Amino acid sequence: MFGLEMKTVYLLIPLSCLAGALIAGLLGWKIGRAASHTAAILGVAGAFVLSAFVVLPDVLAGHTYDGAVYTWGVSGGVPLEIGFLIDPLSALMMTVVTFVSLMVHIYTVGYMRDDPGYQRFFSYIALFTFSMLMLVMANNFLQLFFGWEAVGLMSYLLIGFWFTRASATHAQLKAFIVNRVGDFGFILGVAAVYLYFGTLDYTPVFAIAPQLAGKTAQIIPGVDWSVLTLVCILLFIGAMGKSAQVPLHVWLPDSMEGPTPISALIHAATMVTAGVFMVARMSPLYELSETALSVVLVIGAITALFMAFVGIVQNDIKRVVAYSTLSQLGYMMVALGASAYAAGIFHLMTHAFFKALLFLAAGSVIIALHHEQDMRKMGGLKDYMPWTFLTAWAGSLALVGIPPFAGFFSKDMIIEAVHASQLPGSGFAYVAVLSGVFVTALYTFRMLFMTFYGKPRMDEHARSHLKESPWVVTVPLVLLALPSVVIGFLTVEPLLFGGYFGAALKVLPGHDVLARLGQDYHGWGPFVAHGLQSAPFLLAVGGIGLAWLLYYRYPQLPEELSRKFRLPYTILVRKYGFDEFNDTVFAGGARRFGGLLWRIGDVKLIDGLAVNGTARVIGWVATVVRHVQSGYVYHYAFAMILGLFLLITVFLYR
Amino acid sequence: MEFKQFIFYFFAAVLVFAATMVITVKNPVKAALFLVLAFFNAAGLWLLLQAEFLAIVLVLVYVGAVMVLFLFVVMMLDINIARLREGFTRYLPLGGAVAVLLAAEMALVLGSGRFGLERVPEPAGLAADASNTRALGRLLYTTYAYPFELAALVLLVAIIAAIVLTLRRRKDTKYQDPGRQVRVERSERVRLVKMPAEKKS
Amino acid sequence: MIPLSHYLILGAILFSIAVVGVFLNRKNLVILLMAIELMLLAVNLNFVAFAHYLGDISGQVFVFFVLTVAAAESAIGLAILVVVFRNRRTINVEDLDTLKG
Repeated sequence: MFGLEMKTVYLLIPLSCLAGALIAGLLGWKIGRAASHTAAILGVAGAFVLSAFVVLPDVLAGHTYDGAVYTWGVSGGVPLEIGFLIDPLSALMMTVVTFVSLMVHIYTVGYMRDDPGYQRFFSYIALFTFSMLMLVMANNFLQLFFGWEAVGLMSYLLIGFWFTRASATHAQLKAFIVNRVGDFGFILGVAAVYLYFGTLDYTPVFAIAPQLAGKTAQIIPGVDWSVLTLVCILLFIGAMGKSAQVPLHVWLPDSMEGPTPISALIHAATMVTAGVFMVARMSPLYELSETALSVVLVIGAITALFMAFVGIVQNDIKRVVAYSTLSQLGYMMVALGASAYAAGIFHLMTHAFFKALLFLAAGSVIIALHHEQDMRKMGGLKDYMPWTFLTAWAGSLALVGIPPFAGFFSKDMIIEAVHASQLPGSGFAYVAVLSGVFVTALYTFRMLFMTFYGKPRMDEHARSHLKESPWVVTVPLVLLALPSVVIGFLTVEPLLFGGYFGAALKVLPGHDVLARLGQDYHGWGPFVAHGLQSAPFLLAVGGIGLAWLLYYRYPQLPEELSRKFRLPYTILVRKYGFDEFNDTVFAGGARRFGGLLWRIGDVKLIDGLAVNGTARVIGWVATVVRHVQSGYVYHYAFAMILGLFLLITVFLYR
Repeated sequence: MEFKQFIFYFFAAVLVFAATMVITVKNPVKAALFLVLAFFNAAGLWLLLQAEFLAIVLVLVYVGAVMVLFLFVVMMLDINIARLREGFTRYLPLGGAVAVLLAAEMALVLGSGRFGLERVPEPAGLAADASNTRALGRLLYTTYAYPFELAALVLLVAIIAAIVLTLRRRKDTKYQDPGRQVRVERSERVRLVKMPAEKKS
Repeated sequence: MIPLSHYLILGAILFSIAVVGVFLNRKNLVILLMAIELMLLAVNLNFVAFAHYLGDISGQVFVFFVLTVAAAESAIGLAILVVVFRNRRTINVEDLDTLKG
């Protein structure tokens, strides 16, 4: 196309983002705001156009690519390469990432209008897009790790974008440190891959993997671990950090300290799905380890249900969406654990659209209220902000899973897949995801009702300034609302049952739940019709109804309920005490341990024993030894005689 | 006992006696004189060993120069001998025991088992016209030429050091400095003073 | 016939006497210097004896050097002694403790 080789196109996609980031970041102070955001937006738009209209059709035509474009180092015979693996999975991810990123870029022009760090912000998000693209396009673990860390870094920088706020810097550190825990597992996983497979490229690793199925390793002496399980679980620990699965989820709600576009882009649509993408990408490995799949399944189910509960009691509008994100990521993990990788990726895609939409809608509300995020001070906004209101409705329905909105298809598929799964833990996971639907509906519509319906609860001054956000904000909302509505029924068939992914996702016949579902699938129309009578839909409607009762019809009820059920309410408000636990056990433990090291290791051992001790020993030895140097000749003579005496004695009685 | 042996034992006995006296007599002057005796006897032993040149040098240099120097110094200094001999008797038993032990051990090492006539036979006597001095000189000025030069330098340094150490300028003595006298300039000799010819009344 | 060992033992005895001299006259600097001369004499005696019995005149050359150095040493030693006495009015070794901390 355009006389360009596909390899050049692949290179152009991330590099155009990088170029935008560099222009906005390095020259932003000189070229000004408009030029900076133009550069960044053009870069990302270029990446999107190339991804969606060049790479995607090319992939659909059956062309894939796997190869290195640049070897930046060779270490011990291992080539360290930048390489691209372009197949249906990465092509889809690239399109989603660049599209959401483009929407967020445009939205940012409105959202960050008055911010002094405008150019910096554009540089960061463009750089983030670059990193994310490198991650999804990688054809080897090293580049995956690079992208993994790079998106983590950008997330860190962007959460702390308003670095003068103590809470923001605290949140960014928290995100970084919690991710470090996951990354520790991840890098161990990469190292294990190299140890057992001898290469870091995906294709040979996947090819070798079946041969290693029976191989075991002893990490703890006496306990045999399957190598593949070990690798998969280590990698999954990385995914738990990045995709915020219990118990490494604690950073994601706090990351809402960052500007809202960031929450939409990084902490809803793209970066947090990196873990999901990675597990899907590693499907040839995970398929060979049922233990690892079960772990993924159970962790995902726990996250999906219990994080949704927390969403009910949050008052910060962004935090509600954040807990919703956690819950939805759990759904994706559940899908992966049930070997329904395609369903997981499908949900990833639909979620990217409607969750970005919800975040941006929340952001639109926040701008309108002059950065007020507390839902108790909102209400009745539907008359002031029609576009935001409408798009938020679309996003909410998609999230809750009302047909024919996008979320319905993906979520229903996941629930069905889990239902069909035979893996250990799938029973629990099924209950969790099913009840999760109800909870999701409850918190989503609680948010919708509290924000847009009822009496306005903001103060007079804020109300007098209420107006719809500018077009740069509403256009992305609409552009995201459209796929939120239609993407589900348009793509459900090719993605899940049409073999779109082909060889990109590998599923063993014994695990292939989607194939079993496919036998009962006869187009999206009958699927919707079937869905209308199924449990998830009824639960969703029930949740909406309960939300309507509690937050629209009788708004004083929740107060009373929270008083009545003090214990569960407190547990939810405290978010199950994860933060407290981490603070006391890990942070406090580390501090106490550090204090111990300081007092005993540093003060006593190093300063006391090693430093002062050395000096004291030298002093002591010197006090003793200096008596030898008395300065009296006869002492020396005596020493000489003694030496002579000893020497002769030795010589005599040798 | 042939004559040579007699002479050896005689010299040896006197040498040991003299050495003992050197370290035991109260008066340093006497000690120095006994040391002279010890050197003379050593010189005699060296003659027995056909080291004629060294024997003469020992007498000339040591007895003639070094010991005289010792005597000078001892006599020049007003030494409180009583104080200097404090602790002499106290350390005598220990010192004596150490000395006997040491001598006995060394005797064991150096005894006839290792250095007896069987091991090291008496060399044949030199020819009647053999010159020890010439042989020594030949070796000294050929093989040991550089060490010899160094020895000369050591002596030079010793001379200068001794002079520098003992040289003393009395404060109350008047010296002439010829260098300054020659370098003197007119301005240093004549001082022009301006003053009125007569005092105002 | 005098064996070499006799000379060597004589040297050993002489050396021991000198050592005891250092030991006993621990305060008199002059006697100390004399004891050192005695030690050197003992060493020289050994040199000469070895030179004779082994038929190598190099031993005598060494005696020559030892004599040279000994002469220099006693000259300087005595000079120091004179300076010490001039400054301190004593040659008692125990009084010479200025350098002692």
